[in-house]
Amino acid sequence: MPLLVAIPLAGGFLMPLVARLTGARRSAAALPILLAAGLLALAVWLLLAAREPIVYWVGGWTFPVGISLVADGLSRLMVVVVAVISLVALVFSVDYMARFTSPGLYYTLFLLMLAGMNGVVLSGDLFNIFVFLEVAGIASYALVAFGTESDELEAGFKYLVLGTIASTFILVGIALVYNVTGHLNWAKVGEAITAAGGPTLPIYVAAAFFLMGFGLKAAMVPFHAWLPDAHPSAPAPISAMLSGVLIKASGVYVLARLVFSVFDGDAGLGWVLVVLGTLSMVLGGLMAIGQGDFKRLLAYSSISQVGYVVLAFGAAAVMRARGMEQAAVGLAVFGGLFHLVNHAVSKSLLFLCSGSVEYATGTRQLDRLGGLGGRMPVTAACLRVGALSISGVPPLGGFWSKLIIIIALAYMAVRGHWAFYIPTALAVATAAVTLVYYAKVQRFVLDGEPSETVLRAREVPFGMRAATLVLAVLCFATALLVVPAIRDRVVTPATEIVLGGAEAGRGGRTITVERKPAPPPAQAAADAPAQTIRLQDGTRQGETP
Amino acid sequence: MQGMSLIVKNITRVVAGFIILFGAYIVLYGHVTPGGGFAGGVILAGGLALVVLAFGEEFARNVLTHDVARLADSMGALLFLLVAVLGFMGGVFFTNFLPLGDVGALLSAGTIPIANLGIGIKVGAGLFGVFLALAAFRRATSGGSAAHGRLP
Amino acid sequence: MTLQMVPYMLTFLLLVAGLYAIVAKRNLVKVIVGILILDYAANLLLVLTGYRTPPAGQAPVAPILTGGAAQAQELAATAVDPIPQALVLTSIVIGLSVAALVVALAVRLYEKYGTFDTELMRNLKG
Repeated sequence: MPLLVAIPLAGGFLMPLVARLTGARRSAAALPILLAAGLLALAVWLLLAAREPIVYWVGGWTFPVGISLVADGLSRLMVVVVAVISLVALVFSVDYMARFTSPGLYYTLFLLMLAGMNGVVLSGDLFNIFVFLEVAGIASYALVAFGTESDELEAGFKYLVLGTIASTFILVGIALVYNVTGHLNWAKVGEAITAAGGPTLPIYVAAAFFLMGFGLKAAMVPFHAWLPDAHPSAPAPISAMLSGVLIKASGVYVLARLVFSVFDGDAGLGWVLVVLGTLSMVLGGLMAIGQGDFKRLLAYSSISQVGYVVLAFGAAAVMRARGMEQAAVGLAVFGGLFHLVNHAVSKSLLFLCSGSVEYATGTRQLDRLGGLGGRMPVTAACLRVGALSISGVPPLGGFWSKLIIIIALAYMAVRGHWAFYIPTALAVATAAVTLVYYAKVQRFVLDGEPSETVLRAREVPFGMRAATLVLAVLCFATALLVVPAIRDRVVTPATEIVLGGAEAGRGGRTITVERKPAPPPAQAAADAPAQTIRLQDGTRQGETP
Repeated sequence: MQGMSLIVKNITRVVAGFIILFGAYIVLYGHVTPGGGFAGGVILAGGLALVVLAFGEEFARNVLTHDVARLADSMGALLFLLVAVLGFMGGVFFTNFLPLGDVGALLSAGTIPIANLGIGIKVGAGLFGVFLALAAFRRATSGGSAAHGRLP
Repeated sequence: MTLQMVPYMLTFLLLVAGLYAIVAKRNLVKVIVGILILDYAANLLLVLTGYRTPPAGQAPVAPILTGGAAQAQELAATAVDPIPQALVLTSIVIGLSVAALVVALAVRLYEKYGTFDTELMRNLKG
């Protein structure tokens, strides 16, 4: 398991040598692509090999001095998503980055970012998450500013300043948590908080710092200012990485972990997430409509879609704290994770397509494009698939995940708390808004009369087409995740980890793995609600005697 | 940068060796005394930066170039990773696989000295590279192309 | 509020000062200084959490082993918590690399605009 972090790190440091040896621009990409393919294989193997959480103690030192890497269902899902998107983005980079100098530097930074993200999702303790967050963060600041034009530099500077504020807040939160509980391993932190009879005031202060820090990293609405500058300025494969996985690995994933595993699904935090998620969803969507820049529109759309995921997680936390049925809570969490996967695939696809369009025409302004459908058939088809998936048109993945989130929210509104009618209605409305702005994209980019710039455009090189095609196919493939057999293999372990809260997290995070063996796959579908209730009972015992 | 006056050059000539020696000492004795790879690396980089400041950019371009710094930087990191991966010989990532020795002796503490050496090289070269890069910006401002960027 | 709380309060003051510099100053260099102040405030808070009171009559000492293995027991009883110090060391290294990157970016921006004033640049507001 440490290889998942070590391989891209080693690759990153080997890159200067490789770049010197190969000299030629394109062949330099061979090493990172090979490594990313290896990582993907490793990640998929990890996902399919076992259902039990694996704990790896670095250096053979165990608690309390050791540093642990943990691969449970949630981490494995994230690792696979990261590996898929980065492999595709690297393939896309081969031709796209030929216009830039210093490919060695680019791939070095890319691999460092990859190492950082894998580290974040695999770390078992808070401080290492901070360290890997910074590894990924610093690499991404540099990548945003890679073009070294004034726009890129300004966006990079802004991103860096806000990213550093976020990291510092996270560090302050870590210091507070360590001061109160004396632990950094978050299973132990959760244990200490539960043992103390729920969060105390300093813990809530720490939680506020964490919320601000990870909220900034995830670009939720009051903290979103950097994203619409940073994501469009980066080279297209990097935009795909940033929007597709980085904001999720370093923001949403850690938030979900914190809220459920450390703070044990605290209702107050859940409400905050619901409010922030709803705000991001609605405002991000509305702001996306007015954008004239292709990639900027996509960036605002990212804010909106991440809002859906955060809203689903927040609602799940509230539902759980109010003692709703496990099926409903599980549905909300599943919807959130599912939408996270869908958004990673379709938004990366859209950013790569925008990169192709920019590569062919040299502009990102929507009103200067038009009629590309005839000139670039492959890219156009991929763009349509991505846009349809993300705006929730039935056969594609995005439809199912939004449907599941909305059903879970509606159930919560009817059975639980009246206030949930508001996010439910807004979620439906935002889905319509999403359709509107993606219709605008298609209308301006693909249809209509070809403009001056478009007439000179030609279809992009093979590598870029292949990358977008793979992601377009994946947009269809993610819809398969609703099929129970596949869902139970891939997403359900992650859902269980989130749902199990501090208890399941702890089972996976201490040396003695106490989780019951999973039922055989055939039974799993029927058993899923019952099983989550069993986990739930374990948690409740600690809380309400 | 043309380099500084004769006084600075002469004093640097005398002192630089000692500074670098002291940095190497801090790196190599990192496991028995306070200090270690990072602190020693910073001192090494400081000594190298002093040399470049005193003797000017010509010296930097001929002997201590940016490429050398970048290469040493990567080599240091790879050495550290190699130590970590060789830990698989002991079964686990980062495990110690060398004899532990006596507390306080120079040849003790298993893989820690090697890891320190890696960190020292990495930090020294990395910081020196940062210094050179920032110095190169000044050159770029007064005409000359940027280090990397979009091709015309 | 006891006297022991004073360093913590001062640290938070430093944190707020750093934030103020980032938000309110127009000069890029001052913004960078703000980032560094913010960073060091967090480091200071982290290292403060390591302070623990040893058994009566002994002063807390730095966790450095000087007297050979025999002294280890005594050291373990009186030393301050070394974990935050290790954490702060890591965090300082990270802060260093961030500082290097941000200075490089600022120099590049100065090259483009000939000024450090954020108001005169297009996107950077606040």
